[in-house]
Amino acid sequence: MTRGHAPNGPPPLPRGPIAWARRHLFNTWYNAILTLGALYLIALGLKAAIGWIIVDAVWLGGSEACHAAKGEGACWALIAEKHRFILFGTYPYEEQWRPALAVALFVAAVGLSTWRRLWSRALVVGWFVLFAALALLLHGGVFGLTPVSTELWGGLPLTILLSVIGIGLSLPLAVLLALGRRSSMPLIRAISVGYIELVRGVPLISILFMASVMFPLFLPEGVTINKLLRAQVGIILFSAAYLAEVVRGGLQAIPSGQYEAADALGLGYWRKMRLVILPQALRLVIPPMVNSFIATFKDTSLVIIIGLYDLLGAVRTATNDPLWRAFTTEGYIFVAAIFFVFCSFMSRYSRRLEQGAGERRPQ
Amino acid sequence: MVERPPGGAWVWLGSRGARAIVYQTLVIAALGALGYYLVANTLDNLASRNIATGFGFLDREAGFPIAEHAVAYSPASSYGRAYLVGILNTLQVAAIGIGLATVLGTLVGIARLSSNWLIARLASSYIGVLRNIPLILQLFFWYGLVLALPGPRDALEAVGGHVYLSNRGFAFALPGFDSVHAWALILVGLGIVAAIGFGIFVRWRQARSGRRLPVFWPAVAFTIGPAAILFAASGAPLDWQRPALTGFNIVGGGRLSPEFFALVFGLTTYTAAYIAEVVRAGILAVPRGQSEAALALGLGRGRMLRFVILPQALRLIVPPATNQYLNLTKNSSLAVGIGYQELVSIGNTTINQTGQAIEGIAMIMAVYLTISLTISALMNLYNRRIALKVR
Repeated sequence: MTRGHAPNGPPPLPRGPIAWARRHLFNTWYNAILTLGALYLIALGLKAAIGWIIVDAVWLGGSEACHAAKGEGACWALIAEKHRFILFGTYPYEEQWRPALAVALFVAAVGLSTWRRLWSRALVVGWFVLFAALALLLHGGVFGLTPVSTELWGGLPLTILLSVIGIGLSLPLAVLLALGRRSSMPLIRAISVGYIELVRGVPLISILFMASVMFPLFLPEGVTINKLLRAQVGIILFSAAYLAEVVRGGLQAIPSGQYEAADALGLGYWRKMRLVILPQALRLVIPPMVNSFIATFKDTSLVIIIGLYDLLGAVRTATNDPLWRAFTTEGYIFVAAIFFVFCSFMSRYSRRLEQGAGERRPQ
Repeated sequence: MVERPPGGAWVWLGSRGARAIVYQTLVIAALGALGYYLVANTLDNLASRNIATGFGFLDREAGFPIAEHAVAYSPASSYGRAYLVGILNTLQVAAIGIGLATVLGTLVGIARLSSNWLIARLASSYIGVLRNIPLILQLFFWYGLVLALPGPRDALEAVGGHVYLSNRGFAFALPGFDSVHAWALILVGLGIVAAIGFGIFVRWRQARSGRRLPVFWPAVAFTIGPAAILFAASGAPLDWQRPALTGFNIVGGGRLSPEFFALVFGLTTYTAAYIAEVVRAGILAVPRGQSEAALALGLGRGRMLRFVILPQALRLIVPPATNQYLNLTKNSSLAVGIGYQELVSIGNTTINQTGQAIEGIAMIMAVYLTISLTISALMNLYNRRIALKVR
């Protein structure tokens, strides 16, 4: 090695907001035009939005105040007046602390579950216990709670219940389907592939219609299952097909050495899967599973089509009131904000998990 | 002491092939039993409700109106005809939505990678907001906004009376038909044939002499040149049929109903957010060295994109983009929520009127499955053509 001068690094980039703007906003002539144009549009949009959402909005009062300000400002008085109905639907008014508590418990449980250190079998069991408890809390009839028929359930708790139970119960079915699709037995494989592709090829609405009009025909005479349960079964059957493909991705990512090692240890098929393959495969697909959950959470709002009052159904019913009919947009924005908060929290979390998983995996 | 019987049935059951047969038989038997139970129950229920099975109802008179139909339809038409209208409406929404979503999605995806910080942030917030709100809520929202527009009397007017936007939908001027248009179309058709011939000739010449003639611009000239000359020579007859307020409504020209407008708008903006992410991932996956190498070889920007960047990016973009196209097609069924009459909406009406739930749902599912399988088959074909050739 020859000794010499240490090579000079590139000259330091100038710092400060002006230099930053020159580099990121005005580095070429067309970027400068784009920036100015975008700034102009943003300013216009913000001015209109702030005027409508904040300055000229009606925050409190009756629908008369809102009608007076129609076209100028938003009518948030709708939310002030109807938020209980939008959030909890037709659930009896005096009993609404129960769905409120259920949602709070759910949010707390989600908060705890994002903590990686707590991931264990106990957590999974905990979730099942929690959901049984939440269903009991909503349903009542024990511990002196007034029974509330499922027909009255609605709003946010219904959205959460349908989507979480939908994903939770579709996972076992999805694992079976994924294993079936990779099975060496031709008939089993054909059945799994057929089911997965059939369900993935049709829209959720058609499955929900099937659940709402065909399930009653499938059951023996005299036996009825309520609408909520039918929708729930439809959602489970639907998301199982999508989740099965996610699980299959995980199964395919496990190196064949793992399968061979398990075989060499003399493990049978089920023990090999349960003890060696699935724990690794499922852990690998947690981020895409969170994405599936987001999709199911959003899709749940389709139950409105078959006449259930989830968050979206509740807001539509609330704005059916002739006094408030002119202000559906405000109601939609409120519900959209709730969905946005839940979904963007989950998608951020899934992205973080994905990056975390990338760092951990040995190269 | 338990002793295993030597040989015989136990050994046979222990072999892998035999176990596979037993498992499969059991699964089939279980599914068969379940199927038999469901079918038997269904037949009982149908019999007790006096509902006839079969597709005979398709010939009966439908009796309900359909606002937008691509083929002739009236309430006196049959249910079968109504289904056909529904299928065509679904396909129409899907085709238009896919085209628009591809354009918008590609633009947003490229904007997301812009070196301009502001543009990139705008694109990523667009994606974040649209993806995290349920599509049906977005459709309700857009539909509500269209209905909240001023009525036909004070419709928003643009391009000097060529375009009107009101709560009755979107009305726009259409050029009136003239025989010159037909001749121009024929010339375009002939021009395309000539352009293809020219392309073959260029390739043949390049194979023989190694010299390459420009292809793209001559092809464009062949395709639209003669038609444009004819059109200009005959005095450009564009007799615009403008929409105009007559009585309480805007008539004349072309028009899109509020339902169609809201549906296509919502589907396009929603799917574009997903396509943008697909496009971004595809472009990011092509290493920078590839474009540098192409430039070093002396390829121009156009040829670099065509021969180096796009083939590699498309390979990654096509499969997930296909998925998004299929999603858009399936999501068009949400139109039932805002009252645009496509397949699911018409199917639902039919089921409610006739009680033929099983046949109705089976037909809906069969159509979607056919569309899904066709699109994926086509895309697989295309994908195989552009896939990496491993030699």
